[in-house]
Amino acid sequence: MAAAPGSATSRNPWFSLATDPSTAATTRGWVETLATRYRQTAWAVGTLALSALLITTGCGGGESNVDSGNRDGIFHLANAAEPQGLDPHAVTGVPENRILRSLFEGLVVKNPYTLEPEPGVAQRWTISDDGLVYTFHLNPEARWSNGEVINASDFIWSWNRALHPETGNRNAYMLYPVKNAERYAKGELKDFTAVGIAALDESTLEVTLEAPTPYFLQLMDHYAAYAVHPETLLQFGEMTDRFTAWTRPGNLIGNGAFNLDDWAMNRFIKVRKNDTYWDRENVSLNGIVYHPIDNQTLEERMFRVGQVHRTYEVPLDKVPDYRQMPDTLYHQDPYIGTYYYLVNIDKSPVDDPRVRRALSMAVDRELLTRSVMQSIVTPAYSMVPPGTLGYQPPQLFTFDPAAARELLAEAGYPGGEGWPGLEILYNTHEAHRKIAIAIQQMWKKHLGVTVTLTNQEWKVYSDSVKTGDYQIARRGWIGDYVDPNTFLELFLTGGGNNNTGFADPIFDNLVSQKAPRAKTREVRYAYFVEAETRLIETMPIIPIYTYNSRYLLHPSVEGMPGNLMDSLNWKYVTLVPGRQLPDAMQ
Amino acid sequence: MLKFLISRLLQSVPVILIVVTATFFLVRAAPGGPFDEEKAVLPEVRKALEAQYKLDLPLHEQYFAYLGDLFQGDLGPSFKYPGRSVNEILASGLPITAELGFYALLIALVIGGTAGVFAALKPNTKQDYIPMTLAMVGICMPSFLLGPLLVLVFGIYLELLPIAGWGMLPGDKILPSVTLGSAYAAYVARLSRAGMLEVLSQDYIRTARAKGLPEWQVVVRHALRGGIIPVVAFLGPAFAGLLAGSFVVETIFQIPGLGRFYVQAAFNRDYTMILGTTVFLSTLIVFFNLLSDVAAAWLNPRLRAQFQGGK
Amino acid sequence: MNTLADTASPDSADTGSSLWQDAWIRLRRNKPAVGGAYVLLFLIVISLLTPWIAPYDYEVQNLDLGASPPSAQHWLGTDVFGRDLLTQIMYGGRVSLMVGFIATAVALLIGVTWGAVAGYVGGRLDAAMMRIVDILYALPFMIFIVLLMVVFGRNILLLFLAIGAVEWLTMARIMRSQVQSLRQQEFVEAAISLGLSQSAIIRRHVVPNALGPIIVYTTLTIPSVMLLEAFLSFLGLGIQPPKTSWGLLISFGAETMEEYPWLLIFPGLALTVTLFSLNFLGDGLRDALDVRGSKD
Repeated sequence: MAAAPGSATSRNPWFSLATDPSTAATTRGWVETLATRYRQTAWAVGTLALSALLITTGCGGGESNVDSGNRDGIFHLANAAEPQGLDPHAVTGVPENRILRSLFEGLVVKNPYTLEPEPGVAQRWTISDDGLVYTFHLNPEARWSNGEVINASDFIWSWNRALHPETGNRNAYMLYPVKNAERYAKGELKDFTAVGIAALDESTLEVTLEAPTPYFLQLMDHYAAYAVHPETLLQFGEMTDRFTAWTRPGNLIGNGAFNLDDWAMNRFIKVRKNDTYWDRENVSLNGIVYHPIDNQTLEERMFRVGQVHRTYEVPLDKVPDYRQMPDTLYHQDPYIGTYYYLVNIDKSPVDDPRVRRALSMAVDRELLTRSVMQSIVTPAYSMVPPGTLGYQPPQLFTFDPAAARELLAEAGYPGGEGWPGLEILYNTHEAHRKIAIAIQQMWKKHLGVTVTLTNQEWKVYSDSVKTGDYQIARRGWIGDYVDPNTFLELFLTGGGNNNTGFADPIFDNLVSQKAPRAKTREVRYAYFVEAETRLIETMPIIPIYTYNSRYLLHPSVEGMPGNLMDSLNWKYVTLVPGRQLPDAMQ
Repeated sequence: MLKFLISRLLQSVPVILIVVTATFFLVRAAPGGPFDEEKAVLPEVRKALEAQYKLDLPLHEQYFAYLGDLFQGDLGPSFKYPGRSVNEILASGLPITAELGFYALLIALVIGGTAGVFAALKPNTKQDYIPMTLAMVGICMPSFLLGPLLVLVFGIYLELLPIAGWGMLPGDKILPSVTLGSAYAAYVARLSRAGMLEVLSQDYIRTARAKGLPEWQVVVRHALRGGIIPVVAFLGPAFAGLLAGSFVVETIFQIPGLGRFYVQAAFNRDYTMILGTTVFLSTLIVFFNLLSDVAAAWLNPRLRAQFQGGK
Repeated sequence: MNTLADTASPDSADTGSSLWQDAWIRLRRNKPAVGGAYVLLFLIVISLLTPWIAPYDYEVQNLDLGASPPSAQHWLGTDVFGRDLLTQIMYGGRVSLMVGFIATAVALLIGVTWGAVAGYVGGRLDAAMMRIVDILYALPFMIFIVLLMVVFGRNILLLFLAIGAVEWLTMARIMRSQVQSLRQQEFVEAAISLGLSQSAIIRRHVVPNALGPIIVYTTLTIPSVMLLEAFLSFLGLGIQPPKTSWGLLISFGAETMEEYPWLLIFPGLALTVTLFSLNFLGDGLRDALDVRGSKD
């Protein structure tokens, strides 16, 4: 470009052409050369590029992923997002979880149908009468994917890593029920041998707890409690390093039913059946391909053209159409999560419990979930989802606009008079927006109060909630395990996820002291009911709905039942070739 | 010319340095850090994470450490994806975005340029109205709308083309390239029409016509070069803007390019990733703006005097 | 004045007032431009009168009705909240037209001034000014938006500022390249030799002659500004529900284009009609101001 012809001459052909026709002859020759050259180059580049586009892309159909997958036993899963990574002690998130549980296995796993614990690395286990000591007997057949036997010491090393203050494991708290684990993770205790995990021999692991924890076995299925292969990690760095390459294909040594085969960022992760897995006879799939699709519209379309066996979610507005289909491929199952509004009880006007109750009673949850949410969720009147392992929360209020108006009048705002205004904060998301719009209008209609909506980008929103810079903010909470405790412990005084200003010593005592020491489930649940009653009466939260998991599942898939945790056990999944999507899909 | 190039390249050093510095401090000022999530992070965990990423050092030390690494070509580890370096992520996404952008711009120039020139030759006739109407529809049609629409028609109803991916299935590059290209094609068409109209009314074109040259020669040899100057001025930033612009297309079609990282890094407060993509983007902008200035000069020799005279 | 104009640009009738008078006459003869102007005027009047003439209250929901196709009660149908779409579009137009025009005007003012000065003066000042443009291009826009919100809170003025801040950059580059090429044309040089002040030359000779591409780019900018507003609202900077805009209506409509096509088609139509009118008017303006072309 810098060598454009004529640039070195002092004559300016362009200029002279315009002013002095006499030089036009020579000038034209020059322009001609230049124009020809320019044109030729442009054509050459253009032709080349267009043919490259056509050749590399070419047209034509080809076999769909589902067809080839059914033939070869490869499952194609739409998995929402590119995982942060595959180090079980460095990542969080549902997409990560789905991949990790194909590559690793905990001591105990959950049956996808019943959620009851069943053998993983541990063949069997015993629990002491006081519920404090768990003894795990490892399966002698349990191997790492390089063929080495999994030892009790591997778990000790791994839990040391998972809890170590320098690892920065966000899920370290999953192991806090273990004796001294919390103190170790906080750096108050330097000696890991004081933590309640010990090897009785090569294949026997003894775990001592801080207090009885009825849901402890469930935690063993969480990736924070997985073992990693110590030698592999040390080969690529220190025990507590987050940045090393040990999770790359070819490096990663796991102990799950599948091995990491290939990983192309933002394209796919491929895993294939692990021949050293102890229960390999019962693994039906030959492999899984995880597709990181962070776009709901697209994943539904990919499902429609047979590119994935299962979607991550379903776009809200597609649900009615799918529901109407005979033998619908749409699946909706109760999910252990609650959607609620946090109330900052230190901010006027919601510092008055009567106002909070009035607001809550003026939300027509039945109408909201039926219309705006297309019945994909269930109205909620409590923090803990009803039926969490047999727990029935108290229902302390209903939709009652008249009573709500009375309460509001008592609080000094009859018919909304003198109302100082209120702001609902939500993070930018279509579903949150819709709910907020509907609730905004319900409050205006039933109470006569005006409310403004504010959406913030995710990190800003998280920051606002954390620093208490809000009046009402949306929040969703998904249980870490199936137990009321995972919801109620949020509201302990000063808890990191409380964020409401709610502080009640009696509540704290019930949840953190009395319930864990209860002898029977009935007594324990009674404490929880009492605690939740105190919570809902104070109303630092306005429960809105209980989540359901919802997804599309190809008819060829078997062994993938819905359950409260949306928990997946790849061992159970089979593909039946020959089953097609219904014609009505097109 | 050489002097001009050297001086512009020298100018680019402070430009990039200022961009890096401003970005470094701007992202730190934004609320919410890379480790904040809805679920509170335990204080002890936060401390450990900050120590691992050296966020516990004083800000100015972090800044100079970053600059030091930058001069050695090291953009640091990603905050969002532990175990991956920013260099690695850029290297994996760049060829894809570059390819996508190249096809898109090609489509834009070929289709938009042709339409604009033809329209300008016979203003206010059918030859003008039809391509310009299409161009306007193209402008109205943002890629978040055009992309899904094309997918619906060609991918789902007609089953002609794959609906997502890049280089995974035959034909999967067509829809994304067309989607990204059409927005630019519309701009190119409008700008080249305007530029051509401007030039066609100038003296030297009249002179050329008066000399009895055939119309096509007048257009191709004389008018085109001046007429596409506004397009070239637009192309500089457009090229660089592709990186940000391809975000939408990359999201719609699940293309593993750089655009997604550029935008998501900001949402994730992935400090090193934001800086890495910004350094990269600023280099691109400096380069393409320079290129477009040079091209404009080359197309318009009147300007060349400036480079030679050292004005 | 007359002699100067004649010397400077022999083709033009560049006398202060008659330039604009001629342009006005030419504009009024241009039927598409006049049509476009009437449509725009109509849209603006509708927007101004919306609070009195809208068929429904834009806030009132009918959740049991939900999204319904066009009917006798709701001419353009209803959205998922059962709100009248026609009403939504009318109120949305108020926001979109205002944002489109004001933000573009801001961008135009800054961009044209900046580009004209840089291109005309040239040299070091030009280099410095254009490098500032480069820097602003390169800064991460989203972080900038987030910081704007944090520092100033939510404010409709910020929206204009944010949009203007990005849109003027390309405008400045285009203006500069135009001015540079005009700078050395004979009529400008003649004006210089006549000792006209720089600002007078820029205002009277350079800017009017560079207007063609600028007008076109402006008409392209208005729709993209309207869509950018939707993106900023999405980030939390723009307007908040239950208020809406065309950009927002279109982006929500795009998500349900298969189920509720009317939610996409009608707002899209509103934007398209506006854009077409703007373009016809813009082209008409360009032709009217094009002093050289007018003699052909």
